[in-house]
Amino acid sequence: MGEVQEKRSEYAMEIRDLAIRYVTDEATVYAVNHIDLKLRPQGTLGLVGETGAGKTTTVLSILNLIQTPPGVIDSGEIFVNGRNVREMTPAQLSEMRGKEVSMIFQDPMTSLNPVMTVGDQIAESILLHENVDKKTAYEMAKKTLETVGIPGERAGEYPHQFSGGMKQRVVIAIALACHPNVLIADEPTTALDVTIQAQVLDLMRKLKESYHTSTILITHDLGVVAEICDEVAVMYAGSIVEIGSLREVFKNTKHPYTEGLFNSLPDMSDRNSQLKPIKGLTPDPTKIYEGCTFAERCPYASEECTKRRPQLEAVGENHKVACLAYEREGFSIERSRKQ
Amino acid sequence: MLFKKSKKIDDGRSIYVKKSRMQEIWHQFQKNKGAVVGLVMLIIIIGIAIVSGFVFDYKEDICARHAATRLIRPCLEHPFGTDQMGRSVLARVLYGTRYSLLIGIVVVGVSTGIGTMLGSIAGYYGGKVETVIMRIVEIFMMIPNILLGIIFVAAFGISLTNLMLALGLSTVPHFARTARSSVMTVRGNEYVEAAKAMGVSDFKIIFTHVLPNALSAILVQATTRVASAIISAATFSFIGLGVPSPTPEWGAMLSDARQNMRDYPHLVIFPGLAIMVTVLAINLVGDGLRDALDPKLKR
Amino acid sequence: MSETLLEVKNLTKYFSTPKGLLHAVDGVSFTIEKGKTLGVVGESGCGKSTTGRAILRLQEPTSGEVYFEGKDILKMKRREMHKMRREMQIIFQDPYSSLDPRKTVNQLIREPIVNNKLLKDKLDIEKRVLELMSTVGLAERLYNTYPHELDGGRRQRIGIARALAVNPKFIVCDEPVSALDVSIQAQVLNLLKELQRDLGLTYMFITHNLSVIYYFADDIAVMYLGRLVEKAPAEELFAHPVHPYTQALLSAIPNPDIDAPRNRLLLKGEISSPINPPPQCRFAKRCNYCCEKCLAAEPELKEISPNHFVACHFPLE
Repeated sequence: MGEVQEKRSEYAMEIRDLAIRYVTDEATVYAVNHIDLKLRPQGTLGLVGETGAGKTTTVLSILNLIQTPPGVIDSGEIFVNGRNVREMTPAQLSEMRGKEVSMIFQDPMTSLNPVMTVGDQIAESILLHENVDKKTAYEMAKKTLETVGIPGERAGEYPHQFSGGMKQRVVIAIALACHPNVLIADEPTTALDVTIQAQVLDLMRKLKESYHTSTILITHDLGVVAEICDEVAVMYAGSIVEIGSLREVFKNTKHPYTEGLFNSLPDMSDRNSQLKPIKGLTPDPTKIYEGCTFAERCPYASEECTKRRPQLEAVGENHKVACLAYEREGFSIERSRKQ
Repeated sequence: MLFKKSKKIDDGRSIYVKKSRMQEIWHQFQKNKGAVVGLVMLIIIIGIAIVSGFVFDYKEDICARHAATRLIRPCLEHPFGTDQMGRSVLARVLYGTRYSLLIGIVVVGVSTGIGTMLGSIAGYYGGKVETVIMRIVEIFMMIPNILLGIIFVAAFGISLTNLMLALGLSTVPHFARTARSSVMTVRGNEYVEAAKAMGVSDFKIIFTHVLPNALSAILVQATTRVASAIISAATFSFIGLGVPSPTPEWGAMLSDARQNMRDYPHLVIFPGLAIMVTVLAINLVGDGLRDALDPKLKR
Repeated sequence: MSETLLEVKNLTKYFSTPKGLLHAVDGVSFTIEKGKTLGVVGESGCGKSTTGRAILRLQEPTSGEVYFEGKDILKMKRREMHKMRREMQIIFQDPYSSLDPRKTVNQLIREPIVNNKLLKDKLDIEKRVLELMSTVGLAERLYNTYPHELDGGRRQRIGIARALAVNPKFIVCDEPVSALDVSIQAQVLNLLKELQRDLGLTYMFITHNLSVIYYFADDIAVMYLGRLVEKAPAEELFAHPVHPYTQALLSAIPNPDIDAPRNRLLLKGEISSPINPPPQCRFAKRCNYCCEKCLAAEPELKEISPNHFVACHFPLE
């Protein structure tokens, strides 16, 4: 305990200066470029961004699940409950996975084993981490199923006997079976219908309260973030461009990209409003940008933006943004002028 | 990006040359060292097949008996030795390449043609059409190759043509199955439906959208089947159901050498090696093609 | 005043499965006016895509009538239908699987032109392809690229150009933006709106995304388990939803405005099986207001206020 105590950070999970790239024959993809991320105990952090922003790579690194090769971790330290994941032995890693950190994947259809009953699948995880016999594990599995709203007697059924939303509940049950401190949910509701999504989000909110887990939620849906998160990090091309509390980021938006995301959504209060999409395409991840990665799509970009990399700077209490435009006197984005 | 500017047309618009798919496949293929070695071997073998037709006189060098030079072990004058009829084994092995390749190509040609046609029809239309075609194909599959060969030869007589036909027919089911399953996967894609929405006819859809996309699986199957056709042909000749005697088919040469193989092993070693090398080369190329054509292995 | 372009009456599509008849689309009727957009929303398995495909006869409907400019296209013979295909096109959801990977952008857009013999001269065809590319905002340099070299947004633009190549009057958009990133989604939606304005197109816009449909459609039809449960002009539907399902659906939209009031109506259970549905309200099992009458008979679609139709025994206020 003593030696761990020294390094212990006050966060449930902390990432420091993480940089990951994927090297293939044709090109090198810079997936994550020196990011810092902190997850407060019992907090819910929303990681927002579009395809290829590096969200999934970031969270996979927490479980040390980056395939090397093709992945190369250039720098960074990852702490889970104060212990550095990158210094763990394989035994410690498998002890940590599922027990301290567990993950919910996007597609419930492919993340369950079709030839095992759901009860056995939940019990499997319990057997690995808790010192109990098979029978107790199965009983515990039944109880876990009930907490996600599935009757315990359905534990003997196979995944195909469940509908999509039910399967995602089973996946959540497996993830929660060993009461992890950190739960990573990678687009947990994207494959679900709206009314089912509402049910699952409701369930996740309730479980968060009763299990006291800290959650990282990956999504591209700002609506889902608004529902369930209390902190938000916006990723673009492998970097965090804006990070802060939900209210700060949503109501006091600072980064032009975050603004662009909001403008791309239809305004539910005004049907005749124009959609203002971000111009251009998502950036080429194989390119090394000297300046801001968003500069070529940014309506506020100046000469300076293509030359120098912006760093995250505090713009308020618990709110940081990486944008050079704020160095200009009196600069503000359109959205903040409206608010 | 991935295209080159090449020429300007009259009104100043530029036309871009596409990076062809062939180039892409070649790029993937040449990464596989074994496949490249196989390809080089195959090219040499094909070269031998072509050249040997001009160099050797079939009647004089290949078939004529020379009592004086019977059963000579390999030496400088006869590098592969001579056989029981006094013919040069080297000449016969080289000339035999022509037969083996011919058999391989014809057998696979026949079976690919028929099999792909049946399989694509079954896969594209599904339902009753599929059931009828696939059941017939399966019945054919149940008959062992050898039995089918014997039936064929018994009915039509021993000859190279009959051998190739028998082998071709017995390979049809493999192609029908491959074609059916790959056509079925392609058929599920929305671009096939998109073509339908544009009013393209079924026939045209099969030929322009479905088959080209299903082709890679069929092509890979075809290469490996060439190798097995060569082996089967040799087997048939060895048991006397294939190519009749003076023809220097490798299997037939092995069969002829049975009497003397204990004392003169060179009679079986060289034709045997020839079969092995050819089959190896084709299989290496086939493996390389499979990897190069499989989009999942890219990146 | 405005002209009806498409009228669908009692459209039905059943699939036979080993377990029984799957009622994918069950007696759906609606009309679309020229130059307007009908949005069709519903969750997976509600039959919205099948409806779109049945109208175009990509899947032959089991029964019903589809009148396009007054002619019943379901009664048409092959040759007539072939001509009809020029008038009605479809844009698919998945820009990855809806483009033949072996064809270049040029070949993909050219195909409908050549196939319908719209133009003969090679140079004319090329000009038309380039014109279509610029209409949908594809750079000329992409002329000879393959779809796999392009991103989702650009691929979807190819799909749109291909649909426009035959100068259609009516386009079924089957979840055209669902597979795209948010910022690209907005670009494609804007493009579709522009095209509608410039070319006078009529759309049937199928989606599960309610905020997109609110922005895009003039009228909205809500489907549930093969049935049309509510249809009204977009503003009316969002302001006064009267079917319990529509209400729950609308309240389930995750709203990015954190200060907006949240009164979520959570539905119980999940969509029931569309195989051999019993003669009762299809929504009864999940409905918070279900009563005896709902289990006894299936409600008919009736007009409760001008242009507002609902299929419910007890429409809510």
